[in-house]
Amino acid sequence: MELLKKYPKLFQWLFLLAVFFALCFAIDVPETYKFIRGQAEFVKDPNQSAFVFLGKEVRYYAFDVFWRLPPLLGWLPIWINDSLFFLMNDWMPMEFWNEDTQEYKTRPLVLQITRNLTAFMTFLIELIREILLGGLETIVAFTSWDWIDANPWAELPGLPWTIVAAGSAILAYKLGGKGLALYALLSMTYISIFGQWKPSMQTLSFILVAAPLSFIFGLGLGVAAYKSKRVEKALYPILLVMQTMPQYAVLVPALVLFGVGDHAAVIITMIVAVPPMILLTLLGLRAVPPEVIEAGRMSGCSNWQLMSKVLIPTARRDILIGVNQVIMVCFSMAVISAFIGAKGLGFNLLLALNQLNIGLALEAGLCISLIAILLDKMSLAWANKQVDYFGNLNFFQRNKNSLFFGVIVIVGILLAYFGSIYFKDGYNYLFEVPHNKGISTADFWNKGVDWIFDTFFVYIKAFNTWLIVDVLQPMRALYLRMPAVATLVLVVGAGYLIGGVRSALVVCGLTLFIALSPWWDRALVTTYMATFGVLVSCTIGFTVGTLCFQNKHSTNFMLNVCDIFQTFPSFVYLIPVMMLFGITDTSVLIAVIVYATIPATRYTIEGLRSVPAGLHDAATMSGVTKFQRLFKIEFPLAFPHMMLGLNQTIVFALFMVIIGAFIGTEDLGQYILKALSDKKGAGIGLTLGICVAFIGLIFDNLIRTWVGQRKKHLGID
Amino acid sequence: MSEPVIKCQSVYKIFGANAERMLKEANGNVDAKTFQENGCIVGVNNASFEVSKGEMLVVMGLSGSGKSTLLRCISRLTDATGGKIFIEGQDLLNLNNKELIDLRRNKMGMVFQSFALLPHKTVLENIAFPLQIKGIKTEDSINKAMDMVKLVGLDGRENYFPRELSGGQQQRVGIARSLAVEPDIWFLDEPFSALDPLIRKEMQDEFLRLQEKLQKTIMFITHDFDEALKLADRIAIMKDGIIEQLDTPANIVLNPATEYVRKFTEEVPREKVLLIKDVMDEITYDDMGDIKVSKDEIIENVAEKILTQEKTVAVIDGKNNIVGSINPAKIINTVFGGRKNNH
Repeated sequence: MELLKKYPKLFQWLFLLAVFFALCFAIDVPETYKFIRGQAEFVKDPNQSAFVFLGKEVRYYAFDVFWRLPPLLGWLPIWINDSLFFLMNDWMPMEFWNEDTQEYKTRPLVLQITRNLTAFMTFLIELIREILLGGLETIVAFTSWDWIDANPWAELPGLPWTIVAAGSAILAYKLGGKGLALYALLSMTYISIFGQWKPSMQTLSFILVAAPLSFIFGLGLGVAAYKSKRVEKALYPILLVMQTMPQYAVLVPALVLFGVGDHAAVIITMIVAVPPMILLTLLGLRAVPPEVIEAGRMSGCSNWQLMSKVLIPTARRDILIGVNQVIMVCFSMAVISAFIGAKGLGFNLLLALNQLNIGLALEAGLCISLIAILLDKMSLAWANKQVDYFGNLNFFQRNKNSLFFGVIVIVGILLAYFGSIYFKDGYNYLFEVPHNKGISTADFWNKGVDWIFDTFFVYIKAFNTWLIVDVLQPMRALYLRMPAVATLVLVVGAGYLIGGVRSALVVCGLTLFIALSPWWDRALVTTYMATFGVLVSCTIGFTVGTLCFQNKHSTNFMLNVCDIFQTFPSFVYLIPVMMLFGITDTSVLIAVIVYATIPATRYTIEGLRSVPAGLHDAATMSGVTKFQRLFKIEFPLAFPHMMLGLNQTIVFALFMVIIGAFIGTEDLGQYILKALSDKKGAGIGLTLGICVAFIGLIFDNLIRTWVGQRKKHLGID
Repeated sequence: MSEPVIKCQSVYKIFGANAERMLKEANGNVDAKTFQENGCIVGVNNASFEVSKGEMLVVMGLSGSGKSTLLRCISRLTDATGGKIFIEGQDLLNLNNKELIDLRRNKMGMVFQSFALLPHKTVLENIAFPLQIKGIKTEDSINKAMDMVKLVGLDGRENYFPRELSGGQQQRVGIARSLAVEPDIWFLDEPFSALDPLIRKEMQDEFLRLQEKLQKTIMFITHDFDEALKLADRIAIMKDGIIEQLDTPANIVLNPATEYVRKFTEEVPREKVLLIKDVMDEITYDDMGDIKVSKDEIIENVAEKILTQEKTVAVIDGKNNIVGSINPAKIINTVFGGRKNNH
């Protein structure tokens, strides 16, 4: 009784666990139950029952409701699909003037809007692409194909790679000085001589459209949400779901709306990249001290000046993190959108991965990462740039960069011209190194992989088998053995114990959505993989973070490493693990672990750093040892921040698990990938995406609520 | 007398959802307690005063007394709930947004407790900021800002960022920024409260030097009574949103109006605050010694001189005319007397 009074929470938790396990043992596995493989859901099975909703037949397995809930939400994907098709094909038909055929045509409104939007995006992308690589489309957009036929000279010639490389170096120099310029020059030259020029420029043109558009929209909506509570309230649920929604899942419905190609990829990228930008803008603007705003007002700022000259610059730290996120998302989307026909490095990467040509994949992945880091650093340098008012420069000094660029252009053209004479038959290497003519290290890597595989095959295989047989499969079986009702009780109970009725209701709703969808089993598999990844990531991340924190240099070093790793698009992580472990669950999980360890490490370090120095000194003066200080002072105080890291780790892990479907997993991701190639996949893809997002949100809600209380308890905020 | 630069007529600021309705119902009789029970907090309660050209009014009060709120009403950073405020005869509360911006761009400058510098701009850019907002050419605004940098003694640091400066230096930037547009009215919201005592004293002296040169109309907010005595032409002491007393420093020290004000004056070293003219008597034709003291001297500086005399001493003005007299007993009474009665 004494104990019960002393630790009431502990006993509540124990009671919850007891109920959970009791339910698990009380509810037997039904005889007809088997894990559904492949597309069994869509094949008629005599064990299935059916009900009709909105005129559609929804099929499900009639299990005992305690074991698995009936998929009452089975109609949702179908309904979404039908609505989308109705919207696109039948809703509000209107007369539109058609340029090509010179006549009025009846088209549904939404279709017309999306087509116009995509045409605009296509124009932007082609414009940049053709400046870099040459082509006709832009000129066609202003004239017509007939005109082009009549004037065969009219074609954008494209820039020789020498000019682009030197130009980016000059721009980098202007923004960030010598170091950045050198980096820009080296990476551009690397890209060129390794024969990745064309796909790289295609990807770059895609990014140069998607990233600024995402930035502008994100900033604009963030400002709108800051100014109006109503806008914020309307945006909030979308932002929340989008934060944990796997990028894949957005692809499918967008495919229906915007079709296939780069333009659709840009729009999808915006859908994914805008929400974090909005959140960070809002966060930054909220954190501007009120006195700074008053100072702006007293300086006589109009509302517009206050926003553009005071609020946004003062909030620039968070906004820059937003820019970094936007760039990151753009690059990872650059790869993912290859699934819907975007050209560029992503396409090559996917192709190479598909052919198991690790060397080629590695080269493409490296190029993506190089460009990603370059753009990230350049945007950062741009934001921190300073003006010198007392330079007293003459014309030459002021314009030296532009002048220098002019010289470069002339030299580049001359070089390309000489090149065309020198390399008479074959390719002009001074204009563009073609894809298969560059230096390639692919063979070297492939041989290396083969060698590693041959040499260590026994060990890798043994490790792989051990992991799968002794760890993963039992864990998976355990997860699948949980009756739905028991899981629901566990989650809702946890919600109640942590955040009271409100939290319990929220997580109950989220869990029920997944349980009532037809994919509960798949969701369990996703959760099991994510759980495993998160457990290992956190162990590594917290340990590494704590160790690095002991020394100032290693702290900074580790944070930098995290920065760089974070800039890699998520797909790149699949390359090295596939080198070693081939196509197995192990590969996916290791990629998950590597990817998710980044936030775990970062937040551990930042959490420990946020412990006030005064407390640190106070503890030292009370004569604690290093370990005592760590465990009694620093960990408890850093814990809330570290838990937010756990939150991020979960989101990262879920993302990677879903992407892992590309290697081959039996979870929600597999179905999302399938939905991509399914004509009627839009509804399924979106519903699956929401399921994944909800898994993330359940943890998100629990952790955030708990962290909030903990922070209040500790008096830090 | 010419028009006062700032004029407040029963200004109220009440926070809360039904503030305006409640104020109307209260009919000029605002009681903080009943308001609080109804979910409203009274920030400023019936403040009426005038500040004339070139005068420095110091508003003194502890935290939560409504002094900053009062200042924000007068600069219209918040809108007053009731009452009228006139700036050089213009009805402040009736200005539209454009007129208000115009007023701030040309007539007002403000200094903040936490400096409120823009972190992304250098010292020079911060100071030039109000000028650039006004639309002045970059070159002119930078030159003007450079003058300001020199005025506050930050030459050589104009390209530093705020984060690279000490607190005192940052506040110099804040002061320079508020003066860049050459405003007539200068608001200072606890400008020296975040500084170390030594720096604070230095900045106060600097501030007095500036004011002597510039002769602005000033509203200065502080929670430090000594600072108020040192700087003010007149002091307004606030408590719970009400101005308890508004008078010259000498009168406040000598004749505190309420118990609350008296508590502040208790610890004040009078000889350091009061001037001879504050305590001198009428001209007498008694036997006065040869020694004469100026009426603008602080008592402390001349006390010894007077006390070693055993006679009444003549008080003179700047032109050497005798304007009053003072005897040693009066000095002793002023310095040690009043206090005894209070215990």
